Order: sequence, then C-alpha cells, then structure tokens
Amino acid sequence: MEATLPLLILVLPLLMFLFLGLFGKYLSHKWSGIIGTLGMGVTMVIAYYTAYTYFFSGDFVDAAGNRLQYVVFDQQWLSLWGDLSINLGFLLDPISALMLVVVTTISFMVHLYSNGYMRDHHGVYETGFQRFYAFLSLFSFSMLGLVVATNIFQMYIFWELVGASSYLLIGFYYTKPSAVSASKKAFIVTRFADLGFLIGILVLSYCTETFNFMSMTSSSVGEGLYHVDVTSAEGVKTMIESRAGQMFLGGSIMTWALVLIFMGGMGKSAMMPLHIWLPDAMEGPTPVSALIHAATMVVAGVYLVARLFPLFMVNELAGGAALDIVTVVGALTAAYAAIVACTQVDIKRVLAFSTISQIAFMMVSLGVSRGDVGENLGYMASMFHLFTHAMFKALLFLGAGALIHAVSSNDYTAMHGLRKHMPITHITFLIGCLAIAGIIPFSGFFSKDEILASCFGNSMVAYVWMSLVAGLTAFYMFRLYYLIFWWKEHKVHEGHHAPKDQPWTMTLPLIILGVVAIFCGLVPFSEMVTWNGHPHHAHINWTVASVSLAVSIVAIGIATLMYRKENSLPAKMRSLFPRLWQGAHHRFYFDELYMFITHKIIFNSICKPIAWFDRHIIDGTMDAFAAITNKASYAIRGLQSGNAQSYVWVYLLGALVLGGGTVAIIFLFF
Amino acid sequence: MDYSQFLAMKQEIGLLVVFLLVFLYDLFAPRYAVAGSDKKAVKGISTITVVLFALYTVYGFFCTVGDAQLVFGGMYSTTPVVATIKNILNVGVLIVLIQSMQWNASEPQIMRRAEFYELMLITLFGMYLMISARHFLLFVIGLEAASLPLAAMVAFDKNKYESHEAAVKYILTALFSSAIFMLGLSFVYGLTGTLYFDKIAEASVEGSGMLIVAMAFVMAGIGFKLSLVPFHLWTADVYQGAPTSVTSYLSVISKGATAFAFMVVMVQVFGQFYSAAWEWMLYGLIILTITVGNLFAIRQRNMKRFLAFSSVSQAGYIMLGVIGANDMSLAAMMFYILVYIFSNLAAFGVIQSIENKTGLVGMDSYRGLSKTNPRLAFAMMLAMFSLAGIPPFAGFFSKFFIFTGALNVGTTAMYVLVLIALINTIVSLYYYLLVVKAMYISDEECEIATFKSKCSERLALVITVGGIILLGIVSVVYNSLLVLTENPV
Repeated sequence: MEATLPLLILVLPLLMFLFLGLFGKYLSHKWSGIIGTLGMGVTMVIAYYTAYTYFFSGDFVDAAGNRLQYVVFDQQWLSLWGDLSINLGFLLDPISALMLVVVTTISFMVHLYSNGYMRDHHGVYETGFQRFYAFLSLFSFSMLGLVVATNIFQMYIFWELVGASSYLLIGFYYTKPSAVSASKKAFIVTRFADLGFLIGILVLSYCTETFNFMSMTSSSVGEGLYHVDVTSAEGVKTMIESRAGQMFLGGSIMTWALVLIFMGGMGKSAMMPLHIWLPDAMEGPTPVSALIHAATMVVAGVYLVARLFPLFMVNELAGGAALDIVTVVGALTAAYAAIVACTQVDIKRVLAFSTISQIAFMMVSLGVSRGDVGENLGYMASMFHLFTHAMFKALLFLGAGALIHAVSSNDYTAMHGLRKHMPITHITFLIGCLAIAGIIPFSGFFSKDEILASCFGNSMVAYVWMSLVAGLTAFYMFRLYYLIFWWKEHKVHEGHHAPKDQPWTMTLPLIILGVVAIFCGLVPFSEMVTWNGHPHHAHINWTVASVSLAVSIVAIGIATLMYRKENSLPAKMRSLFPRLWQGAHHRFYFDELYMFITHKIIFNSICKPIAWFDRHIIDGTMDAFAAITNKASYAIRGLQSGNAQSYVWVYLLGALVLGGGTVAIIFLFF
Repeated sequence: MDYSQFLAMKQEIGLLVVFLLVFLYDLFAPRYAVAGSDKKAVKGISTITVVLFALYTVYGFFCTVGDAQLVFGGMYSTTPVVATIKNILNVGVLIVLIQSMQWNASEPQIMRRAEFYELMLITLFGMYLMISARHFLLFVIGLEAASLPLAAMVAFDKNKYESHEAAVKYILTALFSSAIFMLGLSFVYGLTGTLYFDKIAEASVEGSGMLIVAMAFVMAGIGFKLSLVPFHLWTADVYQGAPTSVTSYLSVISKGATAFAFMVVMVQVFGQFYSAAWEWMLYGLIILTITVGNLFAIRQRNMKRFLAFSSVSQAGYIMLGVIGANDMSLAAMMFYILVYIFSNLAAFGVIQSIENKTGLVGMDSYRGLSKTNPRLAFAMMLAMFSLAGIPPFAGFFSKFFIFTGALNVGTTAMYVLVLIALINTIVSLYYYLLVVKAMYISDEECEIATFKSKCSERLALVITVGGIILLGIVSVVYNSLLVLTENPV
C-alpha cells in the first residue's frame, strides 16, 4: 500500500484545523461548516478505502491466515540515546483499521450534524462556529494519530492532544462558568491519570528497552509486516530476561508498569474512581459529547489496553494481576454507573453514565480474556462492543441533541410525550435504546452476547454480575425513553411552538446511524479482529444469549410498568430504598469526596508548604539573581565608554592578559 | 599550473559570477531620474541582485556532494561540510538582501544601492576564503576582504553622524585587531617556519610559551570579528550607528562565517598541541562573553544596541560548539548558526520595517505594538522566544543541541561551563521578554501607528518566522547536519 493515501487521513484533518483556525474568520459561517464537513467526508472515504484494503486485499494475511500488522511508515522524530528513539508513524492492524472507520464515521456524522445543531431556532449561527469546526478537526486529527501510533510515546503525544482538544471543546461556551469549570475538571482529572500513564510508559520501556509496539509484541515477517507473537517478540524476551520479574510493593515491575498504564486508560475512559469528569463534560455542545465523550476519545483507554493486550497476556501467564485489576475496576464501574444512571434527570447525564457503564463492559471483557478460553473471545468481544457502542451511543447522543435543541432544556421533565412531534428522532432513539439494551437483532445484542459469553467462560461471578448490569442498562435506557417520548404531554408543546424534527443536517445522521445501529452487529468480527490476528469462527452462545435476552426483556417490562404512564410506582420504589436512591442521585458523593480530599487534605498538607517554598525559596533565589545581575550590570557599565581609544586599550590589554595569563598559569602550576 | 583546480571552487566562482553580473549591470544598465532630485539611479538592480543571488543559493546546494578536495598546494580546501556552511551563509545573505530592498529604495540610498550590493557580495567572498583557507596568507586575504568593505558599508548612511562615528570606530578597531593578528602570525611563522595549517600543527614546538602568546593574539584577532569579550567594545556603537541592513549583516553573516573559520583554525592549527591551553583560554572567553553580553543587554533601551549585546552573548553560545570540538558539536554549531540567522534576522526585519516607516528604534516606542501592528509584534515575539530558547521554537533546540554537544566532552569543567551558560539563559530570558512585555502587556498608546509593511519586508519576515517554527519541528535538518559532520572538516 502506498504511504501517501493513509497519510492523508492524518494530514487532511490537520490542514482543516489550520485552515479553519487561521482563516475561518474570513469565511462565512455556512462555508466553514461545509468545508469542515467535506474535509471530514473525504477523510472518511480514504479511511474506508484503507480499512477495506487492509481487511480484504489479502496482502496483509500470512500463509496460516493470520492478519498481520503493517507499518505504513515510521519516521524517526527524536533520537534519544543509544538505540532509543521516538518515531512518528502509521500502523495498520485489525484494531487500528477498526478505529479508523469508527472515528472517521462518527466524526463525519458529527460534522454534518453540527451544521444544524450549532444554530438557534431562527437559523442564526452561534458565535465561534468556525472555531468549533476547527477544534473538531483538531480532535479528529489527534484521535486518528492516537489510533495509528506505532509506538507508545507517539500514542502518549496524541493522547495528550486529544485531551487538550477535549478541553477546548468542553469549554466551547467559555462565557458559561459551568462549562469552564467542567473543562478544567476534565483536563485536570485526565491529566492526573496521565501521570500514571507516563510513569508506566517509562517503566515499561525500561523493561522492554523499546517504545515501539512492534518490537514489544511482534516479530517481523517481511517488509513492514509484523505478526503478533509474544513468544518470539524481542520486547517480551528482554522484559522476561531482565528486570520485569523484580518485585516492588507486592507486584512485579511488569505488573506495575501495566497497571500504571492502565491508570491512564482509566482516566480517559472514565473508570471509577477517575470517572468524575465525564458527567460534567456534558456541558460541552451535544455533538461534541457524541463524538468525544461517547464514541471515540473515551474508548481510548480500552484501545490502549487492547493495544498492549499481548503484554497483559504475558503478565497473566507469569502470574501477574494486571488483567484481574482491569476486570475488577471494570465490573465495579459498570455496576456503579448503571445504578447512578437510573436516577439522573438530565438526559445527557443519563447517557454519560450509560457510556461509563458500557465502556466498563469493554474493560471487563478485556479483563476476562484469557488465552485458553475460546481463543480470547473477550478481546474480540470488547472491540466488537466498542464498534457497535460507538454507533448506537453516537446515535443516542445525537438524538438527545435534537431533543435538547427542540425544547431548549436538558431535563426530561421538559420533554415528556414528544413521540408525535418528533417521529424521526423518536424512532431512531428507540433503535438506539433497543441496541444498547441488547435486543435481538439489534447490534448491541451480538456484541453484548460475546462479552457475556466470554465472562461465562471465565468466571461465573463476573458473568452473573455483568448480566445484572446488562439488565439495569435496559431498565434505565427505557426509563429514559418513556420519560422523554411517552408520559403525559406538556401544554407548552401545543401550537406553533411545538417541538418538531430538526433540519435534514441533523436528521440525516440520525437515520444513517440508526440503520447502522441495526445492522452493524452482523459484521463477522471474530474473523477480522482478534488479538493475534488468528481468525476463528465465533457463534452465538444461545444459553448465554437467551438468558441475557430474558433479563433485558424483563427489565424493559419493569421500565414500561413504571414509566410508560405517570403513576405512583417510581415514588414507591424510591421510598423503598431511600438511602440507595439518595446516594445514587448524588452519584454516591464522589464529587464531594474529591472536594474534601483536594480542598481539605491536599491543599493544606501539600499545597501550602509548596506555596511557601515557592514564594520564599524559589522566588527568593530568583530575586537574588535579578538583584545581583542588576548590580553587576550597573557596576561594569563604565566599560562601554563610547571612547574609541579606550576600546583599543581594553582590546590590547585583553589580548596580553589572555596570552600572558595562560603562559603564566601553565609555567607556574604545571 | 593545473587550472582544473579552479573547479574545486565552485561556490566561489558562482558568487563571483553573481558579483560580476551585478557589477556589469550597474555599469551598463539604463538609469532614470529620481523624483525630486537631479541624480540618477539604476533601474531594477535590487530585484536583479536578489533573483541572481537566490538562483545562486539554490545552485549552492548542488555543491554539497562530492569528495573533500585540497587544492592550490594545500591552501584551499573544500568538503561537503564546508560547502554546507557556505550554503547556510547564503541563506542568511539572501534574507538580508530581501530585507534591505526597501531601505535601498529610499532616498538617497537609491542612487548608490548597487555599490551596497557589490560590497556585500565582496565581503561574502572574503568569508568564503576564510572558511576554506588552509594557509594563513589566504586566511588573511579573506579576513581583510571581509572586513574592509564592511567599514564602507557601516558608513553608508553618508548624511548621518552616527554612521560616520560607527565606521571610524569599526575601522580603527579592525585595523588594530588585524595588527595584533598579524603579530601573532609572525610569531607562529618564526617558531615553525610555515603558515600552512597542517604543517604548523606538525612543527609545533612542545611547551613553547611564545606559541601560546601567538595563539592568544590570533584568538584576539578573530575574536574581534566575533565580538568576544573583551574584544567586543566596538559592537554596540557600530551596530547602533550602522544602517540596520548592515547591522543585521554584521550580526549574523559576518559572525557566523567567522565562527566557522575560528573553529577550523583552533582545531586544525592549535588543536594538535596544547589543546588544553586554547580550550582554557576559550573557556574563560566564553564565560566572559556570555555574562558580560547579558549584563549589558539588560540596560539597553535602543533596539539595535540591545540586539548588539544580545549578539555578543549569542556568540558565546556559538563558541560552546567550538570548545566541544567533536562531530556533534560541529553539527550543533552549524544548526545554532542557522537558527540564529533566522531568529536574529526576524528581529532585525521587524526593526527595519518600523525604522523605514517611522525612524523609531527605541524600545519604548514598541510599547503597545501588538495593538497597532499585531503581525510585526508577533514576528518579533517569535524571534525573541527563539533567541531566548523557549520551546518549541528552533532556538530551544539549537541551544539544547549545542549544550548536549558540549556535555558530550564529559569533563567536570564542561558541566560547570554549561551550568554557567544555563544560568545566563535565565538572565537573557529577562531582557528578551522585556521586548515582548513592551509590545504585548503595556497598555499605553503606541507611538507607531498601524501601517502596511512592504512586500519585500513581508517576504523576509515570512521566511524567517517560517524558519523559526519549522526548524524547531522538522528534525531532518539537524539530522542531516549530523550525518554530514560524521565526515569532519
């Protein structure tokens, strides 16, 4: 494959960003939207072509039918010492090709959708419309750079870029204090997690003596082609032979490295207890939530674990606990977020918690993925769910955006009974709900079934736990659905102020994503995406599937009973578990806990001494510097007299002292 | 005589052709009367010079391939590294030429601009000879050819008192430094009986104090052009008095070329014996140069004087590449000079276009510039950031590499030297940011009204600002220099 075409996938969004960012103000709002959308559309087509070539051309499959990793290009960017260098490159393998498709598709839908969303009811564009598109392009560029990274440092660079563009987009309404504080919160929390990530990278590269993914986990099988193979990969060998086995605080160095890297993933993917930024991030414009905080950026943590999965496997075989930690964190987060989602009023927050819960599903799926069970079904299931979830969650968010745009409020209390007014939004939203609830034949059914099947094969506890969470998922999604589209209608929705379906730029993405959300479960994933490229034929595990289907249907039934019409059941339920409801409604006081820790403990015990040190020692040193410099400068000012004779004098003296002095020193002291 | 030896001098011959074409054009080209004056000026000479020189610059890049050649009885040497150094200088000269177009179009400069270009090309030719010389006679010819016409260029603002003063100070100090240099050479000749670089190195008498004095005089003579402390005193007055185009030429091209020549002389002639002696001498000079340059820079209120002292301390940083004396520090030094050319010329470009428009060069006049001329202020800010070494601009990387090169030597003394240099970057940060503060933070009414700069000025600024940004990001440039210097001079 030529390197130029895949390169365009990165270059185009970057150019769009620069163009719209620098010259956007000279363009009309309309045209900057059109240009941004077209640019992303072209990127999407190229990404599709690239992924298609990768999967179906047959050039990237070895004799045994394994899919290989292909390095399209890899340019040294910064040479450190020895053989260690940082490259910038483009890696094609099953998961990066998958992510290229996901990111460009959702990004394009969001670009298109924003043409309608970022206007008010009279069609007047919001201020900063060009800036919005510039940032969207920047985000797309960063995310695409992240997924095609050939080494962990490149990934880290783009990881931070993604974080920065997320910050910019959450804080898009920078005149709104809540948006500003939400953007800060998101940035600081993820940045804190990235501290662990960075340390993890350093520890890992210390063990493996490379940053490069291919030398870590694969062996070369030809020009630019690599086969994932943990038994012969150099990085793994180096790691096992060298220091990785050393113990530190109860874990081997390797386990520590992987857990620290996973911490970075926990931050970006909003795993408990680092999830607190994601619900607040809903302050950003809804298309942004759909793109960044539902479909692409937040799954970066899952992608990271998947990218390093061979190392996790090695760790697991060596008796390390890294994968178990992934499982436990995922399982706790999934349940926590699902419970909280049942009690939220703001529809975007419900979706946010649902996102956290679904990402936790993917994490669990990776965590229970083991070499001996169904050829690592969990890995494939996780990526499968990532794919389907991206589609139906983007759909749900964009639907929510249409609703919010129509009624100008985020709360379901302002919606109720919208099904007649907004039929397209209604149908597509319902499709999204059915997909996420895992109802056959919608896409979510297939991916969730694979996840539960892999849990089933690994541990009964995980299976039962995750099945219950799946039931909760169906419950809170249908609670949301009924509260928005059914229940009694508001009086204000009568007459010409009635909410209606939005312009085509907004409904078209809904329809497309709706269709995709129905059918994308039929993609033969197990033949395309596996951890070592070896395809296998998965089949639906009907035991698991029928149980989970039953659970979902029961949950939907309960939701129907409680929320289809206004009745007293919800209030009764609430009074049955008052503590639980209160706790969940306040998200189990995580924010308050963080406030307490940061304001009371960290500020007093760490920040204050540091501030004192900074003010007195550091500033003092600098002030002393400045004072000495100033004095010295004042003292020698006479040297520059402006008098040519004295210049020559100094010159001559300088030459004589230089020569004579050196001679004297040499003969006196040596 | 084997005339094919001239083929080794591809770049010199190219430059000579450019010079002759400009000269002939000046002689025979049509003239037109300048409005409001009875004098006549040559048409289009600026454009022709710039275009010819641009073509020649491109041509220069084809000269970087080929083997090292030593011709004319070992007097003249060229290698890919030397050719690359000359190309770096060419790029700088091209920018200076573009920058000077606007000034050269002004009255009364327009009548004599051809001479200005011719003088500049001659000095460049002298610098070429300095860099390529492997015999001190050729070196002296180059040195003088590079020095004397510059005095005429410094005095080019015939009607300005400061310009005369600067020229007189310059020529006095130049002659004096030449005298000291020659005295040093006569010592060398007396002790070794030859002026060939390699033969001096072979014949050098172990432990001769005389030779150390000779070395100090040679160092002083070249140190004058580099404006190393204490041979720098002329710098501020000359930089301030000279026309800004000449100042920028002096501060980057003349300095850069001399730095390379200095390195060759030190490493090839004196490097063999007493390498400790010259390194310690240079050690002291570097500390003095960086520190004193900085200490004076913080007091200046005139932009040109300010940049004069800044360039004094920058020369100290460049010398870190000489003292490192390994492949990496040679590459780092080439990169440093390249970056320094872009950064300093960006600053001078802004100063020049403001001076051409308003005649103001005081730092106080720059207060609030960001409001009236945001683009100029932005270019100036980038230049200051790059000179101060703030990442991600090129200046950061050039400082980083040159420090790394010096640290590669691995002695404690080197660590101390780099530490002192680092402390000095903090001081320099202060005065570079003073300019940025004046332009951006001061909310006073700006003296400089909004104006549209001329095409040529803009072109030069775009090139330099582009260089500042790109050289920081594109690692290819430094890497290719590094590959090149693995085959040393």
